[in-house]
Amino acid sequence: MSEAANLPLLKVNDIHVYYGAIHAIKGISLEVNEGEIVTLIGANGAGKSTTLNTIAGLLKPRQGSIAFAGMPVDGTAASKMVYKGLSLCPEGRRIFQQMTVRENLEMGAFSRPNEEVEASMERVYGFFPRLKEREKQVAGTLSGGEQQMLAMGRALMSKPRLMMLDEPSMGLAPILVEQIFNIIRGMNEAGTTILLVEQNAQMALSVANRAYVMETGRITMEGDADRLMHDDNVRKAYLGS
Amino acid sequence: MVFLSNLVNGISLGSIYAIIALGYTMVYGIAKMLNFAHGDVIMVGAYIVFCAAQYWNLPPVLCVIAAMLVCTLLGITIEKLAYKPLRQATGLAVLITAIGMSYLLQNTALLIWGANPKVFPSLFALDTIWLFNGQLAIKPETLITIAANIVIMTALTLFIAKTKTGKAMRCVSEDRGAAELMGINVNRTISVTFAIGSALAAIAGLLLCSSYPQLMPTTGSMPGIKAFTAAVFGGIGSIPGAMLGGVLLGVIEIFGKAYISTELGDAIVFAVLIIVLLVRPTGLLGKPIREKV
Repeated sequence: MSEAANLPLLKVNDIHVYYGAIHAIKGISLEVNEGEIVTLIGANGAGKSTTLNTIAGLLKPRQGSIAFAGMPVDGTAASKMVYKGLSLCPEGRRIFQQMTVRENLEMGAFSRPNEEVEASMERVYGFFPRLKEREKQVAGTLSGGEQQMLAMGRALMSKPRLMMLDEPSMGLAPILVEQIFNIIRGMNEAGTTILLVEQNAQMALSVANRAYVMETGRITMEGDADRLMHDDNVRKAYLGS
Repeated sequence: MVFLSNLVNGISLGSIYAIIALGYTMVYGIAKMLNFAHGDVIMVGAYIVFCAAQYWNLPPVLCVIAAMLVCTLLGITIEKLAYKPLRQATGLAVLITAIGMSYLLQNTALLIWGANPKVFPSLFALDTIWLFNGQLAIKPETLITIAANIVIMTALTLFIAKTKTGKAMRCVSEDRGAAELMGINVNRTISVTFAIGSALAAIAGLLLCSSYPQLMPTTGSMPGIKAFTAAVFGGIGSIPGAMLGGVLLGVIEIFGKAYISTELGDAIVFAVLIIVLLVRPTGLLGKPIREKV
């Protein structure tokens, strides 16, 4: 028991991922401990989403290993990962446009027993009161911000130990970005460990405990979020000052 | 009176098309492929009913159940062996495989049951109903076909809307990757879709051969193509579309044959399809394809 507590919740060890002949991820190692918010920042095309998709099981690493809660999970199908307590809120939201808000949330709890769904739904509505107002609306008709909330709520419905968020601020107005990041902090305080991929480095570093900086398939820097926020190289490259 | 009689016959024939079209439209919606072997599964179903009734002397209910079981297994097997390995391949490769599977089934049937048409037994031992002082005759097959269509449509609509498996099907249909992230087993969902489509094909085979009692290895191909047309007509991927498209197609076909020309019946059906697609490329109830923003 005590040994398990010392292990990181997620341990990615030197993974390599290819798209056909393209070597997209060139040996990435990272760790996420229970209770943390860890962020992965970097420019477009650095391989951040590829890394998350690989951890979620949508892509298979050609080399390296991934362990979740002390168990090896590389090569596990994406549809099995959510049963192990890991959920991904994917890039571009990918909510089910033709289903209602409520149905989308129900599908988020596909991996959970039926009797749990109601309570989880209430919990999600606690974080996102707007979704409750829109419960019966077809998801495709929601605004961009509401769709992002729905995608996050849906990912939360499986009661994940680790929730991975891919670019939750993409395409949102600054005031909504602020709101989304407050909710991320709230979900973390309520006990969900978070691995966050962001292009908005400023925001990401302000909520995270630790951060990794990615460039063209490799991790070039890592450390406490506070320290990276004041690092000259990071400031020049990602914070625009 | 002739008009009414034609209308009833048209709805009945259309109901058979609708049940077959369901198989096409569900598989297209969820697996994103056109299963051209679907018409031949109907033929296999009809032969199983024929054998069960003629050679094994089973009661009608057991004949139907036997045919549904065999077709369900056949559908799942076809998907596993022929289509699943091509999940990542181009649409054309899958289409050609489906056409090949169609010929394989027809020729296997030729080998087993021979080329001579079999006379399909009448399973429904009911009398013809006479209405309007004997001016309008309605055969029991006709009524049973229409009733079966209504029951199947209602059950399937409820299944898709309410059950967990039905909802999983809608998710897979919309976004396979996102469905996987929810924990939905995509391969299993596709198998279930083929199973349902094929079980419906067995019922369609029985109904088709009860109304048109001549059974040959090619019996399924023309109704199969027309049902595919009906599915496109109604909007492929849409369950109410398959129902509407099927019934309309049946009515148009019978009216065309009765009032315009017997020989041109099929040509009229396809002409109507072409006109509808020119005006509404997504079919009557099909959803317009939206550009992702």
